[in-house]
Amino acid sequence: MMATQLWQITDLLLALLALGLGWAAVSSRDLKRSVVFFIAFGLLLAIIWARLRAPDLALAEAAIGAGLSGALLLSALRDEGETAGVDDIQRGPIAALLSLLSIGLAAALAWVLVYTLGIADPVRMADEIAAQISNSGVTNPVTAVLLNFRAYDTLLELAVLLAAVLGILALGPARPAYRAAGPLLDGLIRWLVPLLVLTAGYLLWAGAHAPGGAFQAGAMLAAAAVMLRLGGHPGAGLPGPPLQRLLLTAGIAAFALVGIALMAAGHALLQYPAGWSGVLILLIETAATLAIATTLAMAYIGGRPVGWGPEAPTTKTVHNEERN
Amino acid sequence: MSDLIGLALVLLGLTFFVAGSIGVLRLPDLHSRLHALTKADNLGLGLLCTGLALIDGGVLNAVKLFLVWLLVLAASAAAAHMIAQQAMRQERK
Repeated sequence: MMATQLWQITDLLLALLALGLGWAAVSSRDLKRSVVFFIAFGLLLAIIWARLRAPDLALAEAAIGAGLSGALLLSALRDEGETAGVDDIQRGPIAALLSLLSIGLAAALAWVLVYTLGIADPVRMADEIAAQISNSGVTNPVTAVLLNFRAYDTLLELAVLLAAVLGILALGPARPAYRAAGPLLDGLIRWLVPLLVLTAGYLLWAGAHAPGGAFQAGAMLAAAAVMLRLGGHPGAGLPGPPLQRLLLTAGIAAFALVGIALMAAGHALLQYPAGWSGVLILLIETAATLAIATTLAMAYIGGRPVGWGPEAPTTKTVHNEERN
Repeated sequence: MSDLIGLALVLLGLTFFVAGSIGVLRLPDLHSRLHALTKADNLGLGLLCTGLALIDGGVLNAVKLFLVWLLVLAASAAAAHMIAQQAMRQERK
């Protein structure tokens, strides 16, 4: 009884904190504060997902929502911090329109939640998935949905990521690199990068039976790339452009090749034959991990890396750039 | 018995976090705030991990918790160093 009440208080605190941090992130006058609040908000969301017993989402939220998005926002501030006017963003017709749309979306979601909670005899997706999980080739229900039952959706998600990279490549040459790290940060990076690669490999493998999978593993690899770039490696540890092209398209390529091969063998697109699901899922997830990692690393570099095409008119890097 | 010792260590660790948080809010300048913050990270988390390991009782989880502590130690020490260095650079300007 006591324990239940303690959990209820914790949940209430988490919910109030989420609202407070969300409000602080959008209402702050200072963009840097907003970004810090946004990162804290992402970490809190990860805790809330963990509390809702959704460890896959918690991992993804912590790695991508808080970690990589935070790194992207901070590097955007570094480049545009002085030119971006927070007043222009927070007022004006576009801000009003966005607020209205957000309120509309929140209201719709709240209605859906109340409506579905009120249905007397619902068909729960979780039960349907649990009934079919033994046919999926994996034992982690999230991976079963992402890579088997709804593999087509994941294929399209990877296509969205590829489209995003094309947009990033069109932005122009990569942003100036950071200066080389001092001995302490350099030492830390030398420790952390191999650990991150190891963790990524573990998450990829564990995705079949435990929380993990391509998105979390890709985010870990991308975190290693972010660390390398912060430590003064301009290319963020990515291989040369020909291999980069291959890695960027690896996820879709693996999906498409598997799909076409299955169709040639007389199955439907991405309808894995019995006994093959586990192997095919691991194959696609490995390729997707590499593609996601390269995409996120490219997003952090923020433009065409060296060797992709026209370089900036002045190729010298910005020196004495203050690091955050 | 080890449960009680573990609980005591967890509570002791939490007081370090509370003290560290108060320090960050109340201390006058960046360097002393960093000092307060790193105490919570280092000693507070160390006590917390030791306490949790005792309550759990398993060897594997104890090793995992120890590694978590080690990782945070390295990261927080490096982060505090870099923040202090950056602050000193700006003060000199």
